[in-house]
Amino acid sequence: MGDVFWWVIFPYACLIIMVFGLLYRFAFRQLTWAAPSTEFFEKKWLRFGSPLFHWGVIFAFIGHLMGIVVPMGFYDALGISNHLYHLGAVYGGSLAGLMMVVGLIILLIRKIVFNPVRVHATFADFYSVIALLIIAGIGTYITMFGNFTPEEFDYRSAIGPWFRSLFVLSPQYQLMTSIPFIFKLHTLLGFGLFGSIPFTRLVHFYSIPVAYPTRAPQQYRSRAQYKNKSS
Amino acid sequence: MKIKAQVAMVMHLDKCIGCHTCSVTCKNTWTNRPGTEYMWFNNVETRPGTGYPKRWEDTERFKGGWTLKNGKLQLKAGGPISKLMNIFYNPDMATMDDYYEPWTYNYQNLIDSPKGEHLPVARPQSVITGEYIDKPEWGSNWDDDLAGGTETVSQDPTVEKLQDHISMEYEKTFMMYLPRICEHCLNPSCVASCPSGALYKRDEDGIVLVDQEACRGWRFCMSGCPYHKVYYNWNTHKAEKCNFCYPRTEAGLPTICSETCVGRIRYIGVVLYDADKVKEAASVEDPQDLYESQLSVFQDPFDPEVIEAAKKAGINDEWIESAQNSPVYKMAMKWKIALPLHPEYRTLPMVWYVPPLSPIMNHITNEDDLSTDGYIPAVDQMRIPVEYLASILAADDTKLIRRVLLKLTAMRVHMRGKTVGGIDAFRQSELLKEANTTPEELEDMARLLGIAKYNERFVIPTGRREMDDDLYYAQGACSLEDLAPPEGMASLIGGNS
Ligand code: HEM
Ligand code: SF4
Ligand code: SF4
Repeated sequence: MGDVFWWVIFPYACLIIMVFGLLYRFAFRQLTWAAPSTEFFEKKWLRFGSPLFHWGVIFAFIGHLMGIVVPMGFYDALGISNHLYHLGAVYGGSLAGLMMVVGLIILLIRKIVFNPVRVHATFADFYSVIALLIIAGIGTYITMFGNFTPEEFDYRSAIGPWFRSLFVLSPQYQLMTSIPFIFKLHTLLGFGLFGSIPFTRLVHFYSIPVAYPTRAPQQYRSRAQYKNKSS
Repeated sequence: MKIKAQVAMVMHLDKCIGCHTCSVTCKNTWTNRPGTEYMWFNNVETRPGTGYPKRWEDTERFKGGWTLKNGKLQLKAGGPISKLMNIFYNPDMATMDDYYEPWTYNYQNLIDSPKGEHLPVARPQSVITGEYIDKPEWGSNWDDDLAGGTETVSQDPTVEKLQDHISMEYEKTFMMYLPRICEHCLNPSCVASCPSGALYKRDEDGIVLVDQEACRGWRFCMSGCPYHKVYYNWNTHKAEKCNFCYPRTEAGLPTICSETCVGRIRYIGVVLYDADKVKEAASVEDPQDLYESQLSVFQDPFDPEVIEAAKKAGINDEWIESAQNSPVYKMAMKWKIALPLHPEYRTLPMVWYVPPLSPIMNHITNEDDLSTDGYIPAVDQMRIPVEYLASILAADDTKLIRRVLLKLTAMRVHMRGKTVGGIDAFRQSELLKEANTTPEELEDMARLLGIAKYNERFVIPTGRREMDDDLYYAQGACSLEDLAPPEGMASLIGGNS
């Protein structure tokens, strides 16, 4: 029963809260949808903390895509050996993880030390940074010091298939029952964070302005919104 | 030809008395909420001085506006790709230190403190952190009336540039006021800098606004505006700016800052421009050509062809008539006595300034029997160095400033002649020729600059609400917000709004 809860009910609940929470907030709370910038108050520390952390997140995100979402068979088909994959994963993952952790520590110190930043940080702001720090910390630890050889435990044969099974609506929770505890912790905390996204400023990353380079530099809008728009 | 209308402003600097009434009324109307305390959509700077925020004219540091790169117009801070790479940290953005830490006073102490030997005081208290500030050290107008002395004057980027020409000895020093609002530019770099497309220019009246729902707080508009007229609200995490008081202008009323201006220095009117020509006009090679190229964008509201094109573009008769009676059109385009602020930023700004005349350095002793032409050299000896004015209003083109000052001087001489005699001589004078004008034009100018009443200074057509889709639904609503937003699923997907 415990396994069903942790590897079926809990992840689904978190994802559902995330999706519906985001939709609700997007529809009815647009005015709260923005990046939580505090650059106005302090920019010397931010200059290092924010880019380090964010580039780390982006690399880590790509890494997770490669390890969890893309099935092992894909690499086999490309002829990438297990050994080669793990070499890349350990070095790339460690780098991304360290960037995130160092960045987050800088951001956290900055949040505590600079009065204007601290005074205007909400509970959710502290929560986001600390939760990310814990999750990224565990993830980095696993990658750097986990000492899990592919023969001993390969997350690509357990966590990956389980994760993908969630999305085809036939969760294979048995896969997760016997993985090392530290992997369980990282995974569960991650899903917990997904569930809390709608209640924090983390919503900002759903608004990456990818269309910016393709749009016209000058934007005109009509106040009257004529029926037959004159262009 | 793509005709659009723009509501624009002229400020006649000779009449500005530096009272800050415009700033205060604007603040009380728009920026008295948490997160906006430090914002002054309208501010009045003493020149020479640092300005607000400090040294905003230092475009090498803040990278606002546009530059020409290989003949192509580009955002000075870099295009969309480089913006996306820098999105996690904006290297060019000004911080609170560049503006100031806003504060209030602990007035409650005056009421609550017990009876004692000394009078109670209201200590300054930061509205950002709530902490007491022992000694406020900077504010938006700290160097008002040159009171920062040489220390602040020397930090004025224009003074730095013109070092040789500017003397701060008491007998030779000069001073002028520069009231500033958002320029509602024809080629706004704030709009082009916004990754989310949240800033936009309105088709109907050219007012540049921030869509509060679409803004995601990336903050590139703040540094992208070379005039530093977009502000970051630390409370909502979104950008805000002067909105030209559109709820008032849509009702045909002047902006708050203009309405309450004690010196009556402000004029508001409509101009028609060709949106297709904007980019080209902003891309001329020599910055000193930008003034003329900007003028070439505006269309003559009396030209039948222009009128027809305007009507086709949905501009109604009331707006065309207003464009014909526009004080802005007269001063900026017809008489050419109003100039754009820092044309070299290439945003084609739409708040225009009539430069101030100033006392003449060497006293004219024989004014009673001075020939009219004796005033010509006077223009070159005014206290405010022509170079200084040229640096802020003409991309360093001193000839342009001199021409405007000559015309304004000619107006004064002529109007003086009208009351004390000597008009005929004036018609023949060199001054009139050099100023390239006629007594009739000067009299029109004198009327508009000197005695024009409310309805002549503010010629503002009402917003074209008759074109709205759902007038019946909106009746009774206020222009700022819908009274009752449409309900149901349709409203979620943007229908019926
Ligand atoms: C790729 C798209 C993203 C963009 C464009 C973006 C942009 C930003 C910006 C502009 C800030 C404000 C920095 C400041 O000026 O103070 C910020 C803060 C933050 N972002 Fe992102 N972000 C992105 C993705 C993410 C992701 C994926 C996460 C986490 C998983 C994240 C977590 C955070 C956190 C926690 C802060 C707050 C930092 C602090 O409180 O000091 N962001 N982001
Ligand atoms: S002056 Fe106004 S319109 Fe022009 S760039 Fe700045 S904010 Fe935008
Ligand atoms: S036009 Fe309105 S919002 Fe803009 S500066 Fe003037 S009073 Fe303020």
